[in-house]
Amino acid sequence: MNKITIGILLGAALGAADGLTAWFTPEVRAEIIGIVIGSTVKGMIAGVAAGWFARKVDSVVGGIFFGLLIGALLAYGVVAMQGGKYFWEVMLPGSAVGAIVGWATQRYGRPALIPASAQR
Amino acid sequence: MTWLSDDAVERLRSTIDEPDFSGTRYRIVGEIGRGGMGVVYEAEDVDLQRRVAVKVLAADLADAGGDRVRREARVLAGLEHPGIVPVHDVGVLPDGRVFYAMKLVRGVTVGEFLRGAHGAAAVLRVFLRICEAVAFAHAKGSVHCDLKPQNVMVGEFGEVLVVDWGVARSRGDAAVRASGGTHGFMAPEQEAGAAVDARTDVYALGVMLRTLAGDARNKRLEAICAKAAAANPDHRYESARELGADVAGYLDGEAITAYRETALERAGRWLDRNRALIAVVAAYLIMRAIILLFVHR
Repeated sequence: MNKITIGILLGAALGAADGLTAWFTPEVRAEIIGIVIGSTVKGMIAGVAAGWFARKVDSVVGGIFFGLLIGALLAYGVVAMQGGKYFWEVMLPGSAVGAIVGWATQRYGRPALIPASAQR
Repeated sequence: MTWLSDDAVERLRSTIDEPDFSGTRYRIVGEIGRGGMGVVYEAEDVDLQRRVAVKVLAADLADAGGDRVRREARVLAGLEHPGIVPVHDVGVLPDGRVFYAMKLVRGVTVGEFLRGAHGAAAVLRVFLRICEAVAFAHAKGSVHCDLKPQNVMVGEFGEVLVVDWGVARSRGDAAVRASGGTHGFMAPEQEAGAAVDARTDVYALGVMLRTLAGDARNKRLEAICAKAAAANPDHRYESARELGADVAGYLDGEAITAYRETALERAGRWLDRNRALIAVVAAYLIMRAIILLFVHR
């Protein structure tokens, strides 16, 4: 499995789990399906970005920080769309998912093939 | 008449046995070991000013064994591989004995290496290097026919070298039957004097793997040993490369061809392989649960 696929799968799984926790917030329980879908897509986008980064840069620390940044940016987008509500409830898990996906794509998955021109 | 003491007779015998290196570029430094065919000495290559190992045909085999030593040197010369001891020179000493010079390997046999504090994974990685060297020899048409821990050296810098190709058989040999080997490591067809092929070495590698892994063998590793050392050559791995691939898969926690695992075992292997990922995801979910509890208090 390549790094981008790993990122997408893990991002989707963690994003879905993240979205499902909205069920414990009674005010938003009615919108749970939309939240789960949105959260899954957000995780997948973070996964693609982290996977792409892992193919370019071989650094676990760099991968974690890049994932954290992407996760935080995406989470901030969600917070902004809600007018700043649930800031920490969205920002913390969203950033953590990004960091985990960033780490996992560095550690797992087949690296990109090095083009022959770069080997010379 | 004066009788010579046993010591004096022994000294005389060893003097007679000592090869005459006069007129060659080698100066004997000391004896390294003795085998059925000859004696291996540490020597100084005076021209290149380096230490080498020189194998000299035993004095009592000077008439019959010359061709065998020369053939061994030729087999080695055709096997240029980092895992096979390279030969530098072959010739005849003034006393008529055939010799060849090769790289001097400073290190220990793989059996001695085992006695050091090395984990099972380190030992299996050494075994993989042996498989690579033997697979290379097979690809070149040579079968070692005497693989055992004593014939594998682990150098000071971790290099692994397969040595003693004295009974090796080449594809070009009239009848590819081995005339030597070590009981316990010899495949049944070799013991029976039947034709040998790559699978004969695979058998010896299987026995060696069982010896090297010792008590660290679990079901999967034992299945690899059993397949490699199967009595019937058709039930063995086809090549040392195939055996090496299974050992590498075992080391990486991947599926192996020698063992059909149950779904539960496959799941257990996946969990074992991805322990770090599982731990991180679990930590995340725990953190998420703590946030939920904190927010809804």
